[in-house]
Amino acid sequence: MFDMPKFEKIWLSIGVGSLILFLLISGVLGVAMGLNPPDGLENTIEPEQVEAAPPFNELGVKQIGDNEYEVNVLSFIFGFDPKEIVVPQGATVHFKMTSKDVVHGFHIPGTPVNLMLTPGHITEYTHTFNEPGEYLIVCHEYCGIGHEQMYAKFVVE
Amino acid sequence: MDHQHTGLIEKDAHGNVLTDFEFEKEDRNIMLAFIGFAFVSVFLGAVAGFLQMMQRAGWITLPHWLTYYQLLTFHGVALALVFTTFFIMAFLYSGVTKTLGGSMPKITRTLSWIAFFMMAIGTLIAIFLILTNDATVLYTFYTPMRANGWFYVGLALLIVGSWIISIGIIIAYARWRKKNRGKPSPLFAYMTIATIILWLHASLAVAVSVVVLIIPWAFDLVPRINVSLTRTLFWYFGHALVYFWLLPAYIYWYVNIPQIIGGKIFSNSLPRLTFILLILFSVPVGLHHQLMEPGLHSFFKFLQVILTMAVVVPTLITAFSIIATFELAGRSKGGKGLFGWVKKLPWKDARFFAAFMGMLLFIPGGAGGVINTSYQLNQMVHNTWWVTGHFHLTFASSVVLTFFAISYWLVPVLTKRTFTRTMNRLAILQTILWTVGMILLGGVMHFAGLKGAPRRTAYSTYGEHELGITWMSYNQVIAIGAVILFVAILLMLYIWINLLFVTPKMEKTLEYPIGVVNEKANEPPRILERWSVWIGVSIALSVIAYTIPIYQLIVNQDPGSLPFRSW
Ligand code: HEM
Ligand SMILES: [Cu+2]
Ligand SMILES: [Cu+2]
Repeated sequence: MFDMPKFEKIWLSIGVGSLILFLLISGVLGVAMGLNPPDGLENTIEPEQVEAAPPFNELGVKQIGDNEYEVNVLSFIFGFDPKEIVVPQGATVHFKMTSKDVVHGFHIPGTPVNLMLTPGHITEYTHTFNEPGEYLIVCHEYCGIGHEQMYAKFVVE
Repeated sequence: MDHQHTGLIEKDAHGNVLTDFEFEKEDRNIMLAFIGFAFVSVFLGAVAGFLQMMQRAGWITLPHWLTYYQLLTFHGVALALVFTTFFIMAFLYSGVTKTLGGSMPKITRTLSWIAFFMMAIGTLIAIFLILTNDATVLYTFYTPMRANGWFYVGLALLIVGSWIISIGIIIAYARWRKKNRGKPSPLFAYMTIATIILWLHASLAVAVSVVVLIIPWAFDLVPRINVSLTRTLFWYFGHALVYFWLLPAYIYWYVNIPQIIGGKIFSNSLPRLTFILLILFSVPVGLHHQLMEPGLHSFFKFLQVILTMAVVVPTLITAFSIIATFELAGRSKGGKGLFGWVKKLPWKDARFFAAFMGMLLFIPGGAGGVINTSYQLNQMVHNTWWVTGHFHLTFASSVVLTFFAISYWLVPVLTKRTFTRTMNRLAILQTILWTVGMILLGGVMHFAGLKGAPRRTAYSTYGEHELGITWMSYNQVIAIGAVILFVAILLMLYIWINLLFVTPKMEKTLEYPIGVVNEKANEPPRILERWSVWIGVSIALSVIAYTIPIYQLIVNQDPGSLPFRSW
C-alpha cells in the first residue's frame, strides 16, 4: 500500500535488523553487566547545606576496602574540592559528587567517567582505574565566566 | 507546473524556467519580512561563530566588553532559535500558499503579521540583553544560572509568535480541506501540517518551563527553581527542535527537488509515512540528552534511547526515496548503465547542488548521531566537542545548505528578479566553500571531542596540561575552517543582497518548483490524513515516556536552587 519496491523492503529490513541487534547489545550491556550511566534517583540534598552533613562534610579519598575507595567531590564556581585526587593503580573508585551552586560537569577524558553534577542531586558512579597516569578532570558544562578555568587533577599511581 | 502539460517551457536568458504564477503582494511582503529577518540573523550569528573560534584557537583576544560566552549565547540564539524559525515559517507559508490555491486567506495574513512582530520584538529584547551581558546563559538557558527576566520574556514571545503564524497556516489548510472533501492534501501542505504539529507539541513543553517555572523565578516572585525539571522540559523540546529544522529540508528534498532535476515524486505515500513517523518519534526521546544526569531513572533513559533509534526507519525510507527519484530523473533524461544517470543530474544548478552537498554531509552526520544516542558510547562523547561537530554537519551543513538552496529561487520568486548565471556561479562557489569549511570545522571537532575537548569553553590550555595542548593543536585546524566559513557567509550575503535588490526585474516569474507525483504511484492511504489519530498517538507516546520521570523529579524534589549570576 505504500508503493514500496522490493529493494526498499530489503534495504529497510537490513536497517531495522541491525538496529535491533544494536539495541540488544546495548540493552544486555546495560542490564546484565550493570554498565548503566548514573541515575541517582532519591539522593536529593539542599545545595547550600551540602558541606554540613555526610557525605560532603568529608571531601576527598577514603579507603573502604581492598584497593577500593570512596571519593567525595564538591564542585562550585569555578573549581573542584579536592583539587587533586590520587589513587593507586587498579583502584575501584566510588564517586559521590554534587554541586553547591550551578550545574557543573565532571569528565576525565580517556575514561568513561563523564558525569553531570546537578545542584540538589548526588551523582554516583563507580569505575576501576587500571591505567596509571596523570589525568585531567574538566568541567564540561558551561557554568559561568571562569568555566574554562575549572579543572582538577586525577592521578593513578 | 503548467508548462509540463502544454509541453511549452518558457525560459529566461539565463536558462531558468519562467511561469505566470506569482504570489499576491500581501503574501509576498509577509514572506520577505520573515526571510529578511532570517538572513540578518544567520549572517550576524555566523560572524559571532567566527569570532568565537578565533578566540578559542588563541588567534585573537576579545575586548573587555565582549566575552566568549556572550558570543556563544548570541551564536546559539541567532542561529538555532531565530534564523531557523523565521526561515522555516516563510518557506512553509510559501509552499502552502502555492499548493493550496495561490493565496492565503486574510485571517492567515493578519495572524502572520502579528506573529512577525511578536517574534521580532522578542528577538530584539533577547539580543539586546545578550549584548549588555545580562543574559550570558547560552541558548539552552539552563537554570540555576539566571538571566535578566526580560530575556526569557523575549524567548517566550519568539515561541508564542511562531504558534500564531502556525495557527494561521492551519486555518488555511482547514479551509482547503473543507472545500476539497475526500481529496488527499497536496504533499507540500501535508508535510507542512506535520511539521507544525511537531513544533506545537514540542515547544509547548519549553513554553511551560519558561512561563510557569522560569519567569516567576527570574522576576523574584518565587525564590527557588527545580533545576532538573527545567532541564527535562527543555530537552522534551530540544530534540524535537532538531527535527523541526530537518523536516523543512526534507520537504525540499521530497517535493521541490524532483521538479528542479526534471523528475517526478517517486511515491505519494512514503513521504507522508516518513513525516508521521518523525512526528511520533521526535518528542518522547529527549532524555537521551540527559543520560549522564542524576535524578532520572535508567529504565526511562533506556526506553527513550530505543524510541530515538526508531528514527532510523524514516531516515532510511527518505534516503531510498531520494536516490530513487534522482535515478528515475537521470534515466528519463537518457542516463544509461548502473551510474550513467548520475551524470544527467543538474550539477551546475545551485538550487540542486547546494542541497545535494547538504544531503551528502548528512551521511557522516547521521552516523555520528547514532553514536551519540547509543547508551554507553554516549559516555565517551557527552558534552565534548564531538557533539558540536555533529550538529555542524547535520544542522549547520545539511539543513543550512538546503535553506540556502531554497533561497536561490524563493527570493527571486518573491522579488520577481532574475537568478542570473553569475549569481548561480557564485552560489556554486558558496556551496563549495561552505562544504569545505564545515568539513574542517565540524569534522575536526569530532576528533577533538574524541580526545575529550569539552564543548562551550573559551581559550584554555588547562594549566599547560598535555591534553590541553593537544586540543589546542586541533583548534588551529578548526579555526582555518572558521575562516573559510566566514568568507562563505560574506559571499552568501552578497548573493542575497543581489537577489533582493539588484538583479534585473522580470515580467514573468521564476518557477516555484513543485514536483509532480509519478503517475504509477497509488493514492495515499486515508488513515495518513487523519491528523487526530496521529496527534493522539504522539501524545500517548510522550505520556508513556515522560510521566514517570517528570513525576519523580517533582516528588524527589530537593528544596530547589537559588539563582546565580556566574558570568
Ligand atoms: C561561520 C560559520 C560558523 C562557525 C565558524 C561556527 C563556529 C562554532 C563554534 C566554534 C561553536 C562551538 C563553541 C563552543 O562549543 O565552545 C559553535 C557552536 C554552535 N553552532 Fe556554530 N558555527 C558556524 C555556523 C553555524 C550555523 C550556520 C549554525 C546553525 C544554523 C550553527 C549552530 C551552532 C550551535 C547551535 C552551536 C551550539 C551553541 C552552544 O553550544 O550553546 N553554527 N559554532
Ligand atoms: Cu563548572
Ligand atoms: Cu563549567
